[in-house]
Amino acid sequence: MPLLSVDGLSVSYGGIRAVRGVSFSVEPGEIVAILGANGAGKSTTLNAVMGLVPKIAGSIRFDGQEIGTTRPERIVRLGMTLTPEGRHVFSNLSVDENLVLGAIPLRDRSRAEALRRRNFERFPVLAERRRQQAGTLSGGEQQMLAIARSLMSEPRLLLLDEPSLGLAPIVVDRIFDLVQDLRRDGVTVLLVEQNVDQTLSIADRGYVLASGELRLSGSARELRESSGIERAYLGIGAA
Amino acid sequence: MELFAQQLVNAISLGGVYALLALGLAIVFSIMGLVNFAHGDIMTVGGYAMWFVVITWGMPLPMIAAAAILVGLVVAVAMERIAFRPVRGSDGTTMLLTSFAVSGILQVTFQNAISPRPRGVQLDPAFSQVIRVAGVDVGIIQLTAIVMVLVSLALIMLFLRRTTLGISMRAAAQDFSVARLMGIRADAVVATAFAISGLLAGVAAFLWVAQRGSVDPGMGLTPVIKAFIAAVMGGLGSLPGAVLGGFVLGVVEIELQAWLPQAMLPFKDAVALVIILGILLWRPQGLLGRSTDRA
Repeated sequence: MPLLSVDGLSVSYGGIRAVRGVSFSVEPGEIVAILGANGAGKSTTLNAVMGLVPKIAGSIRFDGQEIGTTRPERIVRLGMTLTPEGRHVFSNLSVDENLVLGAIPLRDRSRAEALRRRNFERFPVLAERRRQQAGTLSGGEQQMLAIARSLMSEPRLLLLDEPSLGLAPIVVDRIFDLVQDLRRDGVTVLLVEQNVDQTLSIADRGYVLASGELRLSGSARELRESSGIERAYLGIGAA
Repeated sequence: MELFAQQLVNAISLGGVYALLALGLAIVFSIMGLVNFAHGDIMTVGGYAMWFVVITWGMPLPMIAAAAILVGLVVAVAMERIAFRPVRGSDGTTMLLTSFAVSGILQVTFQNAISPRPRGVQLDPAFSQVIRVAGVDVGIIQLTAIVMVLVSLALIMLFLRRTTLGISMRAAAQDFSVARLMGIRADAVVATAFAISGLLAGVAAFLWVAQRGSVDPGMGLTPVIKAFIAAVMGGLGSLPGAVLGGFVLGVVEIELQAWLPQAMLPFKDAVALVIILGILLWRPQGLLGRSTDRA
């Protein structure tokens, strides 16, 4: 049974049908990519899956349970969370406080402490800056904090929205390494990206969105070999 | 020097009341984008609670204060549940108009159910006395005001810094939808924001009514407008800004009262507003508001 299955999802955004009849699924243990150019509807899809924006049609099932009208704060407790595009750390709060908030869905306080230690091992730079305001961190550090904060709720499925956006290549490499580490730790990842090559090099399967519709899907290998997907759908080759 | 110290006491006690009200407005605004003009009416209800307690049981001062604070809290939470939850997430105008409606309904209710005219609230006469502290004459009411304001602010600050719910409130004030991604319950955060604003309005009601000795249906209007001015001056949405704005407004009003020539005194409020406009021209985002918030 898929961990997440989305069927015929349509979302209206500011009067425009931003996502039209999109279907996809994520199996436990997979890294699944959603690729597409700016404005293709990738973020809107993730936001709708998390219940942050209302859908107008379709069904969303997480772990076999329909969550199409469930509130985000409830969905997080079911074991799925989103690291939003643009990081959105709470810049006025310290690194520690950001992590405390991430652990709110957990019932067990000692579990939160263990997860925090695990995060500090994973991201030593966050341990060094734990008392610093999150807004003073660099872009890469903020991305790490945003992911660490999501991991504090111990998700089974992590939705990652463009984690490489605006980061230096060396930091981007670290983020992609991290996604692979997460899989090893038992976290399933749905990764939305514009960085096609690196994404397909770590993903198992992928979907390509353009103008709010699903245009292509397949294993990462098939997508890599279908030459011209970048030019055709991702608006990259044209530049 | 003595005159200065006396004025400082007056400025802090008056500004402190504005600060409590402005902080209440700012907490609710920062969490849900609502400018709650019915905030002053929470104060009014608190004032009537004091009146009721005094005429019915003639209770001692701490009980009267507790009544005002408790009623303020309950009324604010009820207001959110009944009037503002249905319009949560609407645009600012809808919420603002809702708050005008709540305010209007409450005022008409007071006029019809109690009286359009002021009701006297007789507190212990000892409370209105003046004592000499370090060569300065200070009213006990002013001293109480300063203590209660500082204690309230310290408690709110501890709550916001040390408790998970408090940290959640600061997070929700910054980014409500990302806060929900943390599993922070929207209802809990909004209800807490109203509870805090009501509690602060209750403290303000006690101090305000103790000062003037009466309560009437429109009592909350002037302080809520002053508090709104203070919150805007501090940077609307900034909590420390609201507190600072309240104290600045208190100082400006007391200093003008003291130093303006007799003939100018009727224009005291106008002069105060001109000074505040000057501050806003200098810092359009408010004293502690962030300029990036303008987008």
